[in-house]
Amino acid sequence: MSATENGWQPAPDLPPPSSSVGIIGWIRQNLFSSPLNIFLTVVGLYIIYKAGVPILDWVFWSADFSGEDQSACTSGGACWVFVGQRLSFFIYGFYPESEYWRINVLFVLLAVLIIPQMIPAFPHKKWLGWFFLVGFPIVSYVLLLGGSFSLPHVETEKWGGLMLTLVISFVGIVFALPLGTLLALGRRSDMPVIRAICVGFIELWRGVPLISVLFMASVMLPLFLSEGAHFNKLLRALIGIVMFQSAYMAEVVRGGLQAIPKGQYEAAAALGLGYWRSMGLVILPQALKLVIPGIVNTFIALFKDTTLVLIIGLLDILASVQAAITDPAWSAVAAEGYVFTAVAFWIFCFGMSRYSQGLERRLDTGHKKR
Amino acid sequence: MISARARASSDTLALIKSKGFLSCGVNTGLPGFSAPDTNNNWTGMDVDFCRALAAAVLGDTTRVKYKPLTAKERFTALQSGEIDILSRNTTWTQIRDTSLGLNFAGVNYYDGQGFMVKKSLRVKSAKELDGAVFCMQAGTTTELNLADYARLNKFTYKSITFETNEQVREGFETGRCDVLTTDQSGLYSHITKLSDPDSAMVLPEMMSKEPLGPVVRQGDDAWFNVVRWTLHALINAEELGVTSENIEQMKSSSNPAISRLLGTTGDMGAKLGLDNSWAFHAIKQVGNYGEIFERNVGRLSPLKIRRGLNALWNRGGIMFAPPIR
Repeated sequence: MSATENGWQPAPDLPPPSSSVGIIGWIRQNLFSSPLNIFLTVVGLYIIYKAGVPILDWVFWSADFSGEDQSACTSGGACWVFVGQRLSFFIYGFYPESEYWRINVLFVLLAVLIIPQMIPAFPHKKWLGWFFLVGFPIVSYVLLLGGSFSLPHVETEKWGGLMLTLVISFVGIVFALPLGTLLALGRRSDMPVIRAICVGFIELWRGVPLISVLFMASVMLPLFLSEGAHFNKLLRALIGIVMFQSAYMAEVVRGGLQAIPKGQYEAAAALGLGYWRSMGLVILPQALKLVIPGIVNTFIALFKDTTLVLIIGLLDILASVQAAITDPAWSAVAAEGYVFTAVAFWIFCFGMSRYSQGLERRLDTGHKKR
Repeated sequence: MISARARASSDTLALIKSKGFLSCGVNTGLPGFSAPDTNNNWTGMDVDFCRALAAAVLGDTTRVKYKPLTAKERFTALQSGEIDILSRNTTWTQIRDTSLGLNFAGVNYYDGQGFMVKKSLRVKSAKELDGAVFCMQAGTTTELNLADYARLNKFTYKSITFETNEQVREGFETGRCDVLTTDQSGLYSHITKLSDPDSAMVLPEMMSKEPLGPVVRQGDDAWFNVVRWTLHALINAEELGVTSENIEQMKSSSNPAISRLLGTTGDMGAKLGLDNSWAFHAIKQVGNYGEIFERNVGRLSPLKIRRGLNALWNRGGIMFAPPIR
């Protein structure tokens, strides 16, 4: 019997006291709930004030934003004029100015391909994804290098800045994931030769620092090559990075494979699926989904590791900033340059991290422990 | 992206002519010597030498491909044939000349490790630096040179080493040390970055010899000659008063040395396997040695380095080129 049939109605709940809800309530509960918390809050605010205000002052209030050269930087704060004036160098490197549009087209294409992936309801996402992984690299290769379709050839020595950073990380990501998956499968294979090769490969590349891989690629390899054979320096570095990252990726994927219960393998076999189909249709989709955080972690690390190419004379975004801050036409602008680089890196890494979280939520099928 | 190219070819000159450009190894960023300018072009003394060489060989300063190289990979790049010439502030030493399969074609900048002090210290000579604190970059020959110099001159010192150039300068500015030491050309670029450039000065002493010059592979004498004599032609041009501006009038000069240099008489170029107007092209398009110096590191540049040792031999320096005849 419900309360209404009885003719009795409970009085509506009173709203909670205004001091325990909303912003004020949150502040009372979290920041001022005890003398110790009050003390810590005050100290924290003081530190934020002491550190934050000068930083904000340097970055915004007393910074110079417009102008042509050093003479515009008089107010004592950050000299963003420098970053503005050299922005084209930081983004395009030595790429000829008349050909900037080729890079811009790729930036736009990249955005067009990535943004739909973030929208769950967008149709044909699968095909866009495949184009992103297969078509986009080919289009980029043709556009960036030129030499065909009446595009002038731009040799890789002229590549630089953010564009080079993105090229290196994109190539690393696109090749390391499939290669790493194959290596992980190989490491768990029943065939001893394949297993030995994969284990050897993974342990060899994981056992050496990336910096020495790059040094080998740039300094030692040219001496070992036979006469007449001549590898492009960027290609050598790219191969080194892909090898290195695929070894790490293999171990991440192997972690996922090990987490799949044996029943799944047996179920796939019971359905009459062969090795590749049981892996491709049953095991890998589950395993890869499980290790998305690990995969994205490796990608982010790879993206940041690309700056190591500056030790072999490739002018990525960090190296081009470092080259530009030595320009005697500007006074000390090192801080501005490094802050710009840090912000650029943060935007890309944070973007990758957010995308992976979205992907995890979307692919979640309720197996996660909460 | 793979190109088949004759490696360590014994005929670099013919190779450059057939491929139509010069591969020039430069520094990844050293102000005044090789650094990207505001229009994203390589600029500096070392870069200008490659441009002059391209003008002499191919008649066009733009036919150069610059390959930025770090200190560690520069010699490999030359040995493997990736570059035709290394023009990257490389110090000429016996070990490098004799054991790396390389030849130094000459000196285009006499550098040496020097000292920078705050003017407020009122120090006029490095001899007065006993007990001073030195800031320097870690892992360079700078530390060893200073140790040698201190032992020789019997003074004691403390040193603070930093990882990067910016940190060294920061240490000097904030007063952690009295003296900043590195190559003199580097000291001048440090001065431009100080918040008050007038507060510091470079002492006259040099404690090491750092002759910088272009390097080629050993075993290709014809190309070695081209590089060496292009450098000599630029220095001779300054001595003879031939500049990029007056070179057209100079063509009709009655001075036989100028006529030989500019190829109006004789066949100096042909003897190098080049056009007789090789030096004319180089000087007209890039300028003589003095113009290159002043534009990149001297009076007309922010570095404002005085000619010093790099002045011509008859003007107090040691820049001396054998005659073109």
